[in-house]
Amino acid sequence: MNYNAPVTEGAKLDGHIPEGPLAEKWTKHKFDLKLVNPSNKRKYRIIVVGTGLGGGAAAASLGELGYKVDCFCIQDSARRAHSIAAQGGINAAKNYQNDGDSVYRLFYDTIKGGDYRAREANVHRLAEVSRNIIDQCVAQGVPFARDYGGLLDNRSFGGAQVSRTFYARGQTGQQLLLGAYQSLMRQVHKGTVNLHVRKEMLDLVVIGGKARGIVTRDLVTGQIETHWAHAVVLGSGGYGNTFFLSTNARGSNCSAAWAAYKKGAYFANPCYTQIHPTCIPVHGDQQSKLTLMSESLRNDGRVWVPRTKEMAEKVRKGELTPEQIKEEDRYYYLEERYPSFGNLVPRDVASRNAKMVCDAGLGVEASGRAVFLDFSEAIGRLGEDVVRQRYGNLFHMYEKITAQNPYKTPMKIYPAIHYTMGGLWVDYDLMSNLEGLFVVGEANFSDHGANRLGASALMQGLADGYFVLPYTIGGYLATMPPKATELTGDEPEFREAAKGVRERIQRLLSINGTKSPLEFHKALGHIMWDNVGMARTEESLKRALDEIPKIREDFWKNVKVYGKNEEFNQNLETALRVADFLELAELLAYDALQRKESCGGHFREESQTAEGEALRQDDKFAYVAAWEYTGADSNPALHKEDLKFENVHLTQRSYK
Amino acid sequence: MAEKNISVTLKVWRQASADKPGKFETYKVKDVSTGSSFLEMLDILNEELQKEGKEPFAFDNDCREGICGMCSLVINGVPHGPGRGITTCQLHMRSFKDGDVIVVEPWRASAFPVIRDCVVNRDAFDRIIQAGGFTNINAGSAQDANAIPIGKADADAAMDAAACIGCGACVAACKNASAMLFVSAKVTHLARLPQGQVEKRKRVLAMVAQMDKEGFGNCTNQYECQAACPKEISVDCIAKMNREYLSATVVEPA
Repeated sequence: MNYNAPVTEGAKLDGHIPEGPLAEKWTKHKFDLKLVNPSNKRKYRIIVVGTGLGGGAAAASLGELGYKVDCFCIQDSARRAHSIAAQGGINAAKNYQNDGDSVYRLFYDTIKGGDYRAREANVHRLAEVSRNIIDQCVAQGVPFARDYGGLLDNRSFGGAQVSRTFYARGQTGQQLLLGAYQSLMRQVHKGTVNLHVRKEMLDLVVIGGKARGIVTRDLVTGQIETHWAHAVVLGSGGYGNTFFLSTNARGSNCSAAWAAYKKGAYFANPCYTQIHPTCIPVHGDQQSKLTLMSESLRNDGRVWVPRTKEMAEKVRKGELTPEQIKEEDRYYYLEERYPSFGNLVPRDVASRNAKMVCDAGLGVEASGRAVFLDFSEAIGRLGEDVVRQRYGNLFHMYEKITAQNPYKTPMKIYPAIHYTMGGLWVDYDLMSNLEGLFVVGEANFSDHGANRLGASALMQGLADGYFVLPYTIGGYLATMPPKATELTGDEPEFREAAKGVRERIQRLLSINGTKSPLEFHKALGHIMWDNVGMARTEESLKRALDEIPKIREDFWKNVKVYGKNEEFNQNLETALRVADFLELAELLAYDALQRKESCGGHFREESQTAEGEALRQDDKFAYVAAWEYTGADSNPALHKEDLKFENVHLTQRSYK
Repeated sequence: MAEKNISVTLKVWRQASADKPGKFETYKVKDVSTGSSFLEMLDILNEELQKEGKEPFAFDNDCREGICGMCSLVINGVPHGPGRGITTCQLHMRSFKDGDVIVVEPWRASAFPVIRDCVVNRDAFDRIIQAGGFTNINAGSAQDANAIPIGKADADAAMDAAACIGCGACVAACKNASAMLFVSAKVTHLARLPQGQVEKRKRVLAMVAQMDKEGFGNCTNQYECQAACPKEISVDCIAKMNREYLSATVVEPA
């Protein structure tokens, strides 16, 4: 990629936002969408890739409607998708707490939290259906936390001043996913959904400009298969593992989305990556992943560092314990700098502040890259039992990893890569520029702008899967006569795609170099974290763009992949995924280089306010940057979608 | 707590596929930090095996924070290894001493056939859930979430049972390879809630029938399952399921 060349610009994109007042768009659009006759639904085949909250909910709901669904996941069971690891909660504008919440307030908080880089119409729809999600989940038997009167309890999350977050202890993602999984299993039993576990999508098949199927590899036998459908839904998650160390599961990967990109689907805003402020710090160079401590902990935990460098130095050397530091010597930097939101500022703000105090030499832990998250005040105020009830499993998890008891001594935390707001570009109907390709959940770019608020990922995944896609996909399918558009999966486009996959695998297996796929992934991660992480500059991004192709070249010359294709081969799985991360990383850095403003999780040091906050350049960058693949050696082409704000006024975000 | 480096000897189960015999191989892993997780230690082993030109060792893992239920190793004879209330991925090397010999095996149960090395097939669990582990509710037809109050004690008990991650340690720990704890956790979770009441008879009958069909053994009340469960699910769930089953077959048959 030649980053010095001017950006190639293609035609502008139309998000197909319905006309009319904001609050009526979705209702009106649902009426305007064409319908598929109930008895015709079984004649349509739909492929769903991924079984997390987006994919799992979509596959179950489409099955309930009567479509013939093929659903794929890479794990051994649909219940293991990484949505399961979400801890803290799910937002919904129920206003059960009588504290002034409303659909409009959830919409407003989400637009503002995303630093004015999301579509108004999508976000308002998300806020509208948020209420249905909670109803649906309770009906499935999701055991949300309740108060003694038997009604649902709420907690607060970052970027909001109301309590609208529903939770199931510290396992909200797990319980919501099990709800979706159980609905999916019900459809499998009914025969509407055909479930394919341990099968990985390795290519998208496009016929006549429309997404018509996929190529998969059976992870147990290595068999390469083709599957056709009338429409393909991707719910394959985000690309946080581009940074190697992240809070994502080890298996989380970008390959399905990347295959779609290389087949013509535009990739939007790849530089919008979220760094979560409260993760357990890195402990050495053999670490395999970073563990998140839920944002909900910031309801009662107070973030601080020693006020002076001298004291911090002593803490790092083990000469001073946090308990020995007097109240006035503790710098509660979030509470002092942001009195209105305090410890509950949005994630991007909390992360950047942690970096700033550590850069200033106030960090703790031997590495100097950690801050305290302290519960002593909450334990004093509420008692240990109440704190245990609220956060018991999180404290347990922390103690297991660090061998330190957070009831007795403050937790030590540091930011880590957590979520990616960017993803495949979709219009209001969640359809890509490639017709027939729908993208849900973290895999699309649509609702969080440049920064996602806590407890909104679960909301978006389930909104897309239960309440948006089942309507919009019908509008698309109704334009295709089902019988006349049937395929066999043996058309030349399928054979060509399967051949490409086989050749790629063969090429990897035959390199026979000296380094493992993991070594390359770690090397990529270091470059990404150092240069494309929490603070980005033109210089650091260019450095990354110089280094990434070198690693990729080295990978294709020197990687050693063991065994053969026709067997259970985790080494080969990793190699295929790392090969894609090595390509996506470059697009991510390129997008970050072009966006010469700071917004949300994308912080360009050149663009900040006097107080060090992210400074947007609305006159130049109030657009979605969607990239079109133009070949392995040429620069991608930029398609802009202008963001129009008709309801909210763009301001410098303030949580002071 | 200060971490240090230790060296351990591993006896690891290697099996090329379900239809080939397996055996233990012995490997040494040197200078691993006690702050590393057990799976990170296995990552190091795999990197070293590859450097020596040997095939890496296969084991299931994903989230590495104790919630996805993918990891599944029997360590020194105990599913998920030493320590209560944790999965394999939450086990850290500080649980071992320098010079320890550690035996690593797959879940062993005929209903969980080996795929490769320590990776097993747990599809049987999915089929048990398919038989009835859900409420019959379509998206869009739910009433307001607060329409039915649920007493905190019931909600909490349902949550205790719903915490099951479906890893299968209960089966691996049982001398009969019984799946009673797994099945009863789902039966209890749903039977404790008003939303699950409607179909509770049908559900318990269908799930137990599927469990038997999959070839899991019977329960003889040894409680090894409860001891091995990373989410510390109580055998009270089994008692609850037995009552539900009795009610569905004898007291109030449908």
